[in-house]
Amino acid sequence: MTAALRFDPIRLPEKCEQLRKEVRAFLAEEIAAGTFDPYAPNREDNDAPEFSRRVGAKGWLGMTWPKKYGGQERSFLERYVVTEEMRVANAPTRRFFVADRQSGPVLLKYAPEHIKMDILPRICRGEVCFAIGMSEPNSGSDLFAAKTRATKTDGGYLINGTKIWTSSAHIADYMIAIFRTSQPTKENRRHGLTQFLVKMKQPGIQVNPIGQITGQFEFNEVVFTDYFVPDDHVLGEVDGAWKQATSELAYERSGPERFLETYYVLTELVRAVGKNPDTRSAEGIGRLVAQVHTMRRMSVSVAGMLQAGKEPVVEASIVKDIGTVWEQQLPHRVRDLAAFVEETATNRETLEKQLDFAIKTAPKLTIQGGTTEVLRGIIARGLGLR
Amino acid sequence: MASPKPINTRNAVAESENIVAETAEKIFADLADAQTINHDKQGAWKAPLWQALTEAGLPLSWVPDDLGGSGASLAEGFSVLNVAGRHAIAVPLAETMLAGWLLTQGKITSAEGEMTVLPASPKDRITVGADGSLSGRARGVPFAKDAKHFAVLATGNGGISIALVDAAKCRIESGIGLGGDHNDTVTLDKVQPVTTKSAPKGFDQTTLMLMGGVVRSLQIAGSLESMLDISVRYSNERVAFEKKISKFQAVQHNLARLAGESAAALAAATSAADTIANAASFDNDAVFLEAAAAKIRCSEAAEKGSGIAHQVHGAIGFTNEHILHRYSLRALAWRDDFGSESYWAVELGKLVADRGADELWPLVASR
Repeated sequence: MTAALRFDPIRLPEKCEQLRKEVRAFLAEEIAAGTFDPYAPNREDNDAPEFSRRVGAKGWLGMTWPKKYGGQERSFLERYVVTEEMRVANAPTRRFFVADRQSGPVLLKYAPEHIKMDILPRICRGEVCFAIGMSEPNSGSDLFAAKTRATKTDGGYLINGTKIWTSSAHIADYMIAIFRTSQPTKENRRHGLTQFLVKMKQPGIQVNPIGQITGQFEFNEVVFTDYFVPDDHVLGEVDGAWKQATSELAYERSGPERFLETYYVLTELVRAVGKNPDTRSAEGIGRLVAQVHTMRRMSVSVAGMLQAGKEPVVEASIVKDIGTVWEQQLPHRVRDLAAFVEETATNRETLEKQLDFAIKTAPKLTIQGGTTEVLRGIIARGLGLR
Repeated sequence: MASPKPINTRNAVAESENIVAETAEKIFADLADAQTINHDKQGAWKAPLWQALTEAGLPLSWVPDDLGGSGASLAEGFSVLNVAGRHAIAVPLAETMLAGWLLTQGKITSAEGEMTVLPASPKDRITVGADGSLSGRARGVPFAKDAKHFAVLATGNGGISIALVDAAKCRIESGIGLGGDHNDTVTLDKVQPVTTKSAPKGFDQTTLMLMGGVVRSLQIAGSLESMLDISVRYSNERVAFEKKISKFQAVQHNLARLAGESAAALAAATSAADTIANAASFDNDAVFLEAAAAKIRCSEAAEKGSGIAHQVHGAIGFTNEHILHRYSLRALAWRDDFGSESYWAVELGKLVADRGADELWPLVASR
């Protein structure tokens, strides 16, 4: 018998709860000090470099990585707790989130030792920001259609072309990007792309901010013109980037950020309805709580499998599929119920502002980091349909 | 990107850890083949299946040896129910297990043969009279017509009682539920129970409803696993427009959503079962959240999932001849037992509102 869809009832170990208390206490201090407003999620594109350093100083960045690179060698489940507490508090994680979740692990696996020794400790200290260069003007979900070229030259490569929808590129110190080093072959259209580490804020790279419907400027167009990347910045196999994508994706797809992005509107609705909700509000809240609880139990289950060294690719895709659809619908369901909130509710204005922002945010949730359509394709393959 | 290995849609709760669930799986495979049952209008399969289950000690899994049962753990019993759901078992196995569990809470020795519990709805009440007799009406009682005894939770001046009642002493208005199984109204008019004991401290009708809800959640999760399994298989066989329908993206995405609903039901149900299996008592917010959420989410999954399974099957799935309805209609019917999803959503919503906005995340994160 082959593997089965598994969602075992994994619980976070006891030591996570001590950590959770520490994270909550830290966030409470930061809020008290005015670093961020937990009720105003729309300030997320405000860069918070000092906050980032203080999170690093706590040992909460790269916390699963080896100590010699600045990590703490703690478990993936402990990292899970830090991530979910930051998310629920609406903490400004933009500067370090991508590096901690994604870029650091890629460097750990594929970068040469001297680069690891240089960059990873700085990620752990919260000093560097990463962007991911995947999409291009004519290749989004179809990653393997990327055209931005890396042409071999003396001692490295020259990059020419454009990446787009690149979150945080305007503040990033580095980007991990895929560029075309060869043409695809007849047998394998995924062949010919190579993963590179790119140092940002250099001549030859122009970052053009793109305004989003939320009013934020968090993603960008990044134009490369004869930009030089040295040979030792190649990450992994030349022409073989497609082989490297899979296992990291399970981490990227199943975390708490995949269903908690609009969670704040639920908290605020509960505050607005007060102690004695009418039947309609009670039912609506009860369903939403049951749904978010279930999402989290699924997500923790995948985290536990990852910690145990498994590769739950299909399970992780399921978490992102139903998690992002849920967080996308959440502000609309809360809006349904908010119509019955009393005029006298003290947080009515906060709730309305939050709903406005969450409803504007919602469309991107099922697009970023792998669209619903791509995810369902992966799940279908896992079911043996393709 | 490398293709993940094709996965078997059967979940592994049962085959992994415990021999009790393996025993159940084997009995169902031998004696409860869905195709055979579906074509057997006389119900000849029923007696041998019940006998095999009884010989294996499964109906009284949750009853300790000294009270007449086989003394399996709560966790083992829950796994059996998940397996039973996968086979959409149409004998009162879950009901007898639940009845045995209820009687055990009152330290009452279980009776032999089929049992069920009442009340089966949070709105119904059975009361204890001054003479110790029981009165009241319980609607929607699963398999009451097939049961020889009832395990009854009753309310009286002296508090909550648990009683074993002879089914022959009650009036039963027979009905057939959505899933095709008996779903009856039971009326007790000053019925003297075989045995009555006080319920343990803190045990009340909500406790029974939560436990019943988790039982149904596991069965729904199991039935969804089977709906996914047979829908995937059918889509790989059925040809339309000159190709297997599994090759159409619209069908693939529907099946991916069915997998998601099945996964959500499984996660919610097994999480709640795990919580109850490890809880010292039912009387805390964590158990309430887990059990209520499981019933809510599994019921929602039953609706969405069975809809997709039928859509994939087209007209053939709408026939008596096809086995799909054995799973789809039971999953839909199980939503109603021990409090529907809308009932539990109201109760959970009230609890969340009472605790306040700032306590919601700590509650969710505590699980």
